[in-house]
Amino acid sequence: MSGNATSGIVMPEPNADVIARRAEIVAAMRAIVPGEGVIDAVNEMRPFETDGLTAYKQLPLAVVLPSTTEQVSRILAYCHRNGIRVVPRGAGTGLSGGALPLADAILLGMGKFNRILDIDFDNRTVTAQPGVTNLGITTAVAHAGFYYAPDPSSQIACTIGGNVAENSGGVHCLKYGLTTNNVMGVELVLITGEVMRIGGKHLDSGGLDLLGILVGSEGLLGVVTEVTVRILKKPETARAVLVGFPSSEAAGECVARIIGAGIIPGGMEMMDRLAIHAAEAFVKVGYPLDVEALLIVELDGPEAEVHHLIERVAQIASELGCITLRASNSEEERAAFWAGRKAAFPAVGRISPDYLCMDGTIPRKALPLVLARMEELARQHGLQCANVFHAGDGNLHPLILYDASKPGELEAAERFGADILLLCVEVGGVLTGEHGVGIEKRDLMPSMFDETDLAHQQRLKCAFDPDSLLNPGKVFPQLHRCAELGRMHVSRGQLPFPNIPRF
Amino acid sequence: MTDRLCPRDEADVVEAVRWAVSESRPLEVAGTGTRRALGRATQEAVTLELAGLSGVTLYEPAELVLSARAGTPLAEIEAMLGEARQMMAFEPMDHGPLLGQKAGQGTLGGLMALNLAGPRRPSAGAARDHALGLRAVSGRGEAFKAGGRVVKNVTGYDLPRGLAGSYGTLVAYTELTIKVLPRPETVETLLIRGLDDPAAARAMSEAVGSYYDVSGAAHVPAEVAARIPALAGLGGPVTALRLEGVRPSIRHRREKLEMMLAGRGALATLEEAGSLAFWTAVRDALPFALEEGARLDAAKALWKVSTAPMHGPVLGAAARGLGASVFYDWAGGLVWIEMPGPDPQAAAIRAALAPGGGHATLLRAGTTTRATVEVFQPLDPVTGQLVRRMKDSFDPGRILNPGRLYAGV
Ligand SMILES: Cc1cc2nc3c(=O)[nH]c(=O)nc-3n(C[C@H](O)[C@H](O)[C@H](O)COP(=O)(O)OP(=O)(O)OC[C@H]3O[C@@H](n4cnc5c(N)ncnc54)[C@H](O)[C@@H]3O)c2cc1C
Repeated sequence: MSGNATSGIVMPEPNADVIARRAEIVAAMRAIVPGEGVIDAVNEMRPFETDGLTAYKQLPLAVVLPSTTEQVSRILAYCHRNGIRVVPRGAGTGLSGGALPLADAILLGMGKFNRILDIDFDNRTVTAQPGVTNLGITTAVAHAGFYYAPDPSSQIACTIGGNVAENSGGVHCLKYGLTTNNVMGVELVLITGEVMRIGGKHLDSGGLDLLGILVGSEGLLGVVTEVTVRILKKPETARAVLVGFPSSEAAGECVARIIGAGIIPGGMEMMDRLAIHAAEAFVKVGYPLDVEALLIVELDGPEAEVHHLIERVAQIASELGCITLRASNSEEERAAFWAGRKAAFPAVGRISPDYLCMDGTIPRKALPLVLARMEELARQHGLQCANVFHAGDGNLHPLILYDASKPGELEAAERFGADILLLCVEVGGVLTGEHGVGIEKRDLMPSMFDETDLAHQQRLKCAFDPDSLLNPGKVFPQLHRCAELGRMHVSRGQLPFPNIPRF
Repeated sequence: MTDRLCPRDEADVVEAVRWAVSESRPLEVAGTGTRRALGRATQEAVTLELAGLSGVTLYEPAELVLSARAGTPLAEIEAMLGEARQMMAFEPMDHGPLLGQKAGQGTLGGLMALNLAGPRRPSAGAARDHALGLRAVSGRGEAFKAGGRVVKNVTGYDLPRGLAGSYGTLVAYTELTIKVLPRPETVETLLIRGLDDPAAARAMSEAVGSYYDVSGAAHVPAEVAARIPALAGLGGPVTALRLEGVRPSIRHRREKLEMMLAGRGALATLEEAGSLAFWTAVRDALPFALEEGARLDAAKALWKVSTAPMHGPVLGAAARGLGASVFYDWAGGLVWIEMPGPDPQAAAIRAALAPGGGHATLLRAGTTTRATVEVFQPLDPVTGQLVRRMKDSFDPGRILNPGRLYAGV
């Protein structure tokens, strides 16, 4: 891949014929999106050459910034007719390289789709264009006490379209679900340029669940041009408890017992020693520095319930021998408890020139084992790793510290990261909990899925985009031709009569 | 005569589907076959009955996860969850009584293939929202897996969710993994009496849009309320708001709601036992149940309609104009419509639905009707083509439940 000779990830061979037709393609794009909506100057395309996975960079063929569904439809129809690849992009905060451009592809930036179209308090929905930020939705309804529940830490920047593509989560998804549980409808443009609507202000689909397939499809199935989400009333009360433990085992056990007691907190986050120290040094909110693991447990809901449950959580934590136990008594205090956690990534960024943010999920009970094995791996790879962890749902974010200016360290960090993800799979977990496969975890897919599993997923892609023009080279380690995937290997009369009980 | 193939394990399912593909013989995919009357009427000579693939394979209450083979009876799963004070939070409805069958039948595979839900749908989701992983055999006669056993998972397309509700037309499930949740400690229901449908929709909208965690909002007009034993003695229309959780919280929320809704109508409360009975009646649409063994072609046609909650009463009024009985769940977003006779009057129902958007499913009708009237909401041409191509992907030979959802799919 140009721009990063060190990376081991191979992207699809650029189509030289398409690159040769660049001037003609740019002109065609200008005919569809007039004015400044088409960018082809190298220096102006630079801001688009990477996403949140900054180790990888690539300039696109051209950047196109449409502002209407009709333009998107015409762009895609043109690309479809002319065999041109398309990479959709929201805000470019994705951490798995999903919006990484390709040399022979149009980068379709959705930033101009930035309007809220409908706020419906009676039906409790908001309809927004895909370039509206995640926080923008909450802001638009906050005056009436409502909010949009999934809250990725990137929420001030990331777009709802990107959230739909990645099925993003946040600290509150333990109780309120991921993007997929909160999206009710979309308008989608297929690669053919055909526009379709899925869902709306009603629940379920009464037929195939196309919405379920689309959410989390990483821009491979269509371009989302409108999103309808459900909004919720902001909880009457929220209180958090800060609990420090002398060992991560005890913290893990505390999480298990809280859930075992039938309590589903609004959020339940864990940090390890390195992360606690980095966060405290950065935001100075009074995190205890003598603990191995810190839990933030937030209870939200009706006042009486929160006060009742906070007592129960405190009791469970005490029984397990916690060293620190503080319950928030004001909004300021609660915000302070969270400040360190929310700033954990930049905090780690201060103690290390570069870091890689991993995103595996494990069954919660495997936490002590995984933490111990990660320490071993850190020694093996000669790198440090700080851990922040959506403890309630087993989603790990190990932050691998490295220095890209030291030869070989990026590669070592990537190998360390891959080993962590393989460990997650080994203990019954998965490669990615919320950041997506993109290019980052693409080549690890075979550790979770065999060829038949992957073929069943890729045939779904064939139903939407048989020429594989949308975001190719992402998610799947190998591009297969749909004709080849579609072939049936069973032929008439060749199989014996089934040898199974019949009546 | 119908032939029944009864596989014992996944390898048998693969063999059966491969045989069917090689012989171009469509298969009716069934658990125990109790929900045969749902969906478009089809007639396959061979039934693939998955009830033999039975048994819970993993249950870890502290991890909130359960896996079971597709043919495992729901009753078995529910009993197991009950012992650990857990539940399937999506409250899967039981179609049995509506179809003139016993309650308490059905399998896990059927639950997912029909994407079942209940009154908690708006807050807790449907089966799709709790689907974590699957093993299945596609119409290509190949076994595959998707998803995993953890809640946070975006590794690859979300097939466990995407295949929910596919009525066995894309794959035959062999094993499923679902998320389970703690059962609420107790439940109470606040009742508002005497509201007409639009006033009820407004009250429900305010209640579910309040701080007070209402986990069920249903409205039953007078003639339907009279058929619900838990409401005996109340008379008139009843609007019900369910409160679940720990006692101090329920008391606090009930008092707040009572203040919020004061003046709307006379208030009453159902305690735990009454609440459980009432919400089961709502979940399973028991006011419209048939006697066991009743013939469907003589029964009153029944629609299940999902729409924007505030459109519920508009649709309800139109349906009542046609002589139907209705009641509402999901704060008005789910409308149960029992027609005055076996004629579903599909055109009129769908026309009344259109302005609010949504989908109307003909849940109960005779075989002839279900062969001629579109049972599911008709698809626009673009979606229709896409759905056909999805069928091509999973089942190019049209072997699995062909035509059960849409003609040619
Ligand atoms: C500091 C930081 C913290 C983060 N914290 C979290 C977190 O807590 N939880 C979490 O889940 N994620 C988190 N992320 C990751 C990231 O913010 C999310 O994945 C987010 O959803 C990406 O949105 P975006 O608009 O930036 O999308 P982009 O990065 O631009 O694109 C992401 C993918 O979506 C596709 N796409 C974008 N728009 C569309 C569209 N309209 N139609 C079709 N496809 C489209 C792209 O092709 C790409 O594959 C974090 C990232 C950063 C940098």
